[in-house]
Amino acid sequence: MIDIKNLTISEARELLKSKSISAKELTEAYLKRIKSSSKLNAYCLVDEENALKQAAVSDITLKSKTTPSMCGIPIGVKDLFCTKGIKTQAASKILEGFIPSYESTVTQKLWDAGSVMLGKLNMDEFAMGSSNETSVYGPVTSPWRSQDEVSLTPGGSSGGCSAAVAADLCLAAIGTDTGGSIRQPAAFTGIVGLKPTYGRCSRWGVIAFASSLDQAGSLTKTVRDSAIILETISGFDTKDSTSGQHAVPNFEQMLTGDIRKKKIGVPKEYKIDDTPEEIEKLWTDGIAKLSDAGAEIVEISLPHTRYALPTYYVLAPAEASSNLARYDGIRYGKRATISETEGLIELYERSRSEGFGKEVKRRIMLGTYVLSAGFYEAYYIRAQKVRMLIKNDFDTVFSQGIDAILTPTAPSAAFPLGEKIDKSPIEMYLNDIFTVPANLAGLPGISIPSGLDKKGLPLGLQLIGKSWNEGELLNIAYRLEQDTGFNIKPKCWWE
Amino acid sequence: MKIDVKTSKRVARLARIEVLDEQLVDISKELTNIVEFMEQLNEVDISDLKKTIIKSSSQQVDREDKVTDGDYQTEILNNAPDSQAGFFAVTKVIE
Repeated sequence: MIDIKNLTISEARELLKSKSISAKELTEAYLKRIKSSSKLNAYCLVDEENALKQAAVSDITLKSKTTPSMCGIPIGVKDLFCTKGIKTQAASKILEGFIPSYESTVTQKLWDAGSVMLGKLNMDEFAMGSSNETSVYGPVTSPWRSQDEVSLTPGGSSGGCSAAVAADLCLAAIGTDTGGSIRQPAAFTGIVGLKPTYGRCSRWGVIAFASSLDQAGSLTKTVRDSAIILETISGFDTKDSTSGQHAVPNFEQMLTGDIRKKKIGVPKEYKIDDTPEEIEKLWTDGIAKLSDAGAEIVEISLPHTRYALPTYYVLAPAEASSNLARYDGIRYGKRATISETEGLIELYERSRSEGFGKEVKRRIMLGTYVLSAGFYEAYYIRAQKVRMLIKNDFDTVFSQGIDAILTPTAPSAAFPLGEKIDKSPIEMYLNDIFTVPANLAGLPGISIPSGLDKKGLPLGLQLIGKSWNEGELLNIAYRLEQDTGFNIKPKCWWE
Repeated sequence: MKIDVKTSKRVARLARIEVLDEQLVDISKELTNIVEFMEQLNEVDISDLKKTIIKSSSQQVDREDKVTDGDYQTEILNNAPDSQAGFFAVTKVIE
């Protein structure tokens, strides 16, 4: 039996092509590993039958001369993607028993490319959270532990994705990122997380949180694997008018490692007062590595950075309150019981009150408030305008020749489960401080594992690129990954 | 802006979320904290900005106005908590 620890998509692809292993064997190896991982709670659904069926089809395809890009590659999918005939709940009670009658475009592209779905991955309810603790399935525990052996968050909202990739419970995972939900979990678990340009991947069939910010992406072990997946899931979709009609290049071919003369911006506004020294140091080291590789380092200014978080927490809840209005207990999901003297309004209100968790209700109410008569101009319209200014900041530095921007991914390493969720919501929101700007500006961002802190926990660096320029972004990330050589895995304590 | 109990109650009703009276004080406090955090945006000078729409960097295209998909009555009703004779069934709403 093959050792799937440390295996990457690019390596598995060669093993499958050379017939050193079959898709069925590879899938079985992952299914076996998943079975002994219940302590992590990364998967909320495992569909063995479907996985083995897909693997059998891949094995037939693998015998032909031309095989699609991800033939026989077992992956996990965040519970936010609708999968035909397979329970999809966005980790919410309100979607109890919901079985989509259609497939999301992104997952369809993966199946068309020969991927195998092992199961659905746990997440924060409706992707609202930064620690994967708001899920109806309970929190995900990170495979990483500090020396004191406290249970840690794998990050969120794609916490099932990050835990599963870091613990080798899949070759890669498909997640979504609205304010950092791919990049922060990737940083917390020592893996690579890519949020493509807004519109690069179709949102069709992805359960909506904040439509102007949501974007599908990947959590992988290497930058190369991110490039392989990105090419597979990208492209215009007639079912999503916000998806872009841009050509999809062969991203993998663009990984040359040559970044000479590239201009890397280092924004001074990302140096915040309470950044731990270790993160500062990691950032400085990253800058030095890019410089040694021949890139030119430029100090830049993104003056409205500090307003990104409050802007996000006006706009994302506003869009969520509208998107989540569809959950009314009538057409699908959970319906509450009402008494004979009560009517339709009580039915809506009780279904939603019982079906949504605390954080989701909080954001729906916030969104409703900022959109309500009398407050709309003061909050929503103002935030939209500040969003313009944040985007203009990026446009300005890119027009001055900057190719990519280097920042830390998150303001800290992974924190213990329970530490922030019971405190003020704002403390949790502060996790997204470095990731939110890319979503507001629609830019691609990638987190690369870059080192460990004093407690032995992974930390990540983020590169932000120009719109539709993921090829260049991935190449810079690739070079940083090569020069960093991060290859530390969590010790397996959960089996 | 402090969000009082009355406002919270109104917002909950607008959002169609049932909230018990005894929860309102806590909810008001939480919402107030977050709204005060949002109010940092008042420091920003937006007087020169007229537009609020971020133009997508992708070209918007027209499509032909014709039906390309549909006819999923059975599939859709399969997910309904209650359905009768091809319709979603709800509680009686007419007095």
